[in-house]
Amino acid sequence: MKNIENFVSELLSATENAPELLLQDLCAIQQRYSYIPENAVEILASKLNLPAVQIYGVIDFYSFLHRKARGTFDILFSDNITDRMLGNQSLIDSLCEKLDIEPGTPRIDGRVTVSVTSCTGICDQGPALLVNGMTVSGLNEERISKIAELIEEDTPLSDWPASFFVVEDNIQRSDILLDDKIINGSAIESLQKNGSDALLEILEQSGLRGRGGAGFKTALKWRFCRDTDSDQHYVVCNADEGEPGTFKDRILLNSYADNVCEGMTLCAGIIGAKKGYIYLRGEYRYLLDDLEQTLQKRRDANLLGKNICGHEGFDFDIDIHLGAGAYICGEESSLIESLEGKRGIPRKRPPFPVTNGFCNQPTVVNNVETFVAAAKIAVFGADWYGSVGSSESTGTKLLSISGDCARPGIYEYPFGVSIEQVLEDCGAHDTQAVQVAGAAGSTVPAQEFHRSIAFEDLSTGGSFMIFNQQRDMLEMVQNFCHFFCHESCGFCTPCRVGGALMKDLVDKVMVGHATHNDLKEMENIGQIMQQNSHCGLGVTAPKPVLDTLEKFPQIYMQRLANRGFEPAFDLDAALEESRQITGRDDAEAHIEYEPLLNTAGQDES
Amino acid sequence: MSTEKTFKLDGKSIPFQDGDTIMDAALRAGEYIPHLCHNPEFAPHGSCRVCIVDVNGRHMSACTLPAAEGLEVDNSSERIMEQRRNILQMLFVEGNHVCPGCEKSGACQLQAVAYYTRMLSPHYTHFFPKRSVDASHPDIAIDFNRCILCELCVRASRDVDKKNVFSITGRGLESRLVINSASGKLGNSALSASDKAVSVCPVGAILPKHVGYDQPIGDRLYDNKPISVVGDVASANNQQENAND
Repeated sequence: MKNIENFVSELLSATENAPELLLQDLCAIQQRYSYIPENAVEILASKLNLPAVQIYGVIDFYSFLHRKARGTFDILFSDNITDRMLGNQSLIDSLCEKLDIEPGTPRIDGRVTVSVTSCTGICDQGPALLVNGMTVSGLNEERISKIAELIEEDTPLSDWPASFFVVEDNIQRSDILLDDKIINGSAIESLQKNGSDALLEILEQSGLRGRGGAGFKTALKWRFCRDTDSDQHYVVCNADEGEPGTFKDRILLNSYADNVCEGMTLCAGIIGAKKGYIYLRGEYRYLLDDLEQTLQKRRDANLLGKNICGHEGFDFDIDIHLGAGAYICGEESSLIESLEGKRGIPRKRPPFPVTNGFCNQPTVVNNVETFVAAAKIAVFGADWYGSVGSSESTGTKLLSISGDCARPGIYEYPFGVSIEQVLEDCGAHDTQAVQVAGAAGSTVPAQEFHRSIAFEDLSTGGSFMIFNQQRDMLEMVQNFCHFFCHESCGFCTPCRVGGALMKDLVDKVMVGHATHNDLKEMENIGQIMQQNSHCGLGVTAPKPVLDTLEKFPQIYMQRLANRGFEPAFDLDAALEESRQITGRDDAEAHIEYEPLLNTAGQDES
Repeated sequence: MSTEKTFKLDGKSIPFQDGDTIMDAALRAGEYIPHLCHNPEFAPHGSCRVCIVDVNGRHMSACTLPAAEGLEVDNSSERIMEQRRNILQMLFVEGNHVCPGCEKSGACQLQAVAYYTRMLSPHYTHFFPKRSVDASHPDIAIDFNRCILCELCVRASRDVDKKNVFSITGRGLESRLVINSASGKLGNSALSASDKAVSVCPVGAILPKHVGYDQPIGDRLYDNKPISVVGDVASANNQQENAND
C-alpha cells in the first residue's frame, strides 16, 4: 500500500497537482495497478482538492478505468461488427475456456480478466484485442492458444512475441495527401513568408472542410478562433478516432505524425496559440511512445518550443492526453471536458469551442486528417488541393475499408468517388450493403451504390464497412445499438433512456419475440432521440435502426412473432432470479416458450 | 423611442433582454414552458429535454436556447406535447415511480408536468431498476428510485450550500446520483435540512423526515391547479420558507 501512495505522490508532483490532469493521473494509475485503488483516490482528492466522489465519477465514466483489480493481464477484445464478422466471438470463448474464466470477471488468482470493448480501430487486421492497453492484431486460434500459455506462464508483455503487436499501415490506395510528405518546417516557413491573413486566404480558397464528417470550413474556424480576443488560444487535435470502422488516423499518427504536428503548429501560428494537445484515444496507446519521440525530435529541431524556426515570439508546444474508452469524447465539447480531466459530458452550445473551449478559452479542435491537409495546403497551395475533388468537397478523403472484401485497408480517394468504384477497387463482391460513416452513419443498399462520398451526398469521417449477401444485417443493427447504449454519456433523457429501450427492442426482434407494434415503437423512439437529444450521439444513435427499417424491412419482418400480443418480457428469463435463489434448474422451474417465427412477407397484410 | 426586442411564442410577442434564453423570457412574461431540470436560480442545464420547443422547424431546449429577434417558437402544439410526453414516459420507466404510494404525490413536478402534457400511462417497458433508499440522515431521506438525474441537488449543494454533497457517477443508463461521504450514506454527509439542495428536488427523491403525509390529499401543491399556474416545487418551497421567516 505504501507503494501505491509513493507512486501517486510522485505522479502528482510530476504533474504539479494540476486538476486538469486528473484523467491522465488516473490512466497512469490504472496502467500501473490494473485499477484505481481507494487510497489512490484519497491522495488525489486531497492533493487536487476535489471531492472523492467526483473522482469516482470520472473513474466510472471511462470504460478503461476500474475500481477493482483486473489482474496482471487485462484483455479487451474489440467487439465491433467487423470483429464479429471475422469470428471474434469463438476466439473470446476459446480464450475464456483455456483460462477457465467468465468474460468480465477477474480470475480468482488475480492473473487475468477477459472482456470486450468498442471498436479498437484494427478492423482491417482483426480480430483484435488490447492487452494492458497494447494492441494485438490478426487473432486466430493459434495466437489465442499462445496468449493463453503466455498468461499461464505469467510472461511479461515485453517478452511476448513482437509479431503479435505489429499493426500495418495497410495503405491500399494513395493520392495527394498520402503521396508526398512535406519537409519538416516547410508549412511554418510558408506561414512566416505569407503571413497569417494570406495563409487563411489560401486555406479558404482550397475549400478545405473538417475531415471528421461535419465538414465545417477550416479557414472559417481558425479565423473565428483567431479573432476571439483572449490571452490564451489552444489547438486541439482530435485523435479520438472512435467511430466504429474508422482507422485512418492510426496511419496518420503512425507514419505522418510530423505532418500532423506541422498542421497543428501552423494553426497555432495563425490563431496565436502557445499550447496544443493531441487527444489520443486510449485504444491507440501503442502509438504513444513514438508520438512522444516525434514531439521530442521536433523540439530538438526547434520545430516546437520557443522561437520556432528562429522566429522571435513564435512559441508553441504540444502535449498528448490519453482518452480512456469513451466514444462520446470524439464530440469536440466532450473532448474538451475530458482534456480538462472531467467526465466527458457534451457542453451546451452555443458558446462553441472557437470562442469558449479548453479552460473556457478560444480553441480550435480539428480532425487529425484536417491538420495534415492544412499543412500540405500551406506548402503546395490552394490550387494544388482545390483542383481535386467535387464542387462542394475539394481534395481527398481517407476511407477506412473493412468487412467483406478482398483487400481491406486505407484508401485515399478524391471526393466524389462512387461506392461502386470503391467496392470494385477493394475487391468486394456480392455486396448487400455498405455502412458509410460508421455506426452513426448511413446504411446504403445495393441500389444506391451509384452514390458518392462527398459532403453533398454521403458525408463521412472515413468508416466504410462492407456486408455481403450472406450477412444478417440485423446483427449489425444489434451490434450498433448495444454500442450506442454502452457509449451514451447518460446526460440527456432521450439518448440515455431511448437508447436503452431501442437496444431492448432490437434484442426482442432478434430472438423472434417482436410484433409489428414493436417496429412502430422503434420508429417512434428513433424519432424522439433524433429530434430531441442534447448532442450528436443521441441524434445519430437510432440511425442504424431507422435506416434498416426503411431499406431492409425484411430483416425485421422475417423475425416477427405471429401473435396479437407478445409480453414485453421473456417469461422464462423472468424466472432466472428465482432459479438462482432456489438453486433449481429442473424442467419444472422453466416455462416452455416457443416463439412462432414467420416467413418473410406473411405479415404484410 | 426604444424598440423592444421580441420573439414569438405560440404567436404571442415575448420581449427579451440580451443574454436571455427562451425560458427566461417566457417565464418573465408569465408563459409556462414545461420543465424539470430547469430552475431559474441556477445556470441552465438542458438535460431533461422536457422543455423542448420547435424553433423554426428544429427542436431545441428552451432553457438553453438564447432568445433572438424574430424566432418563431412553438410551445404548445400537439406535436410538441407528444415529444414531451414521450420524454416524460422515458423518465417514468427508467426509475420506479409509484405515484399512489409516494409521499410527494400531488406535489411532484414530474407528476404535474405529466398531467400537463396529458400523459395517461408510462407506455414504455419498465426497467424496474434495483435502487436503494437511504434513511441514514436524521432529518432527510433519499429515495433513489425516484431520482430523475436533473442534478438540481448537485448544483444547489455545490453552488449555493458550498458542500458538494451530491454528485453524478456512472455513464449511460448506469448514471446515478451519489452522496459525497466516506460511507456513501447521507447520514455521514454534510447535508442539513435547511440546505438549498433539500428544497430544490422536483420529485420525491429528497424528502424531509418527520413531516410525512402532513398535507392531506386535496390540499397538495398541484391538487387544484395545474403546474402552469402553480409553478415549480422549488419556488413553492421558497415561498413557504419566506412565510415561515
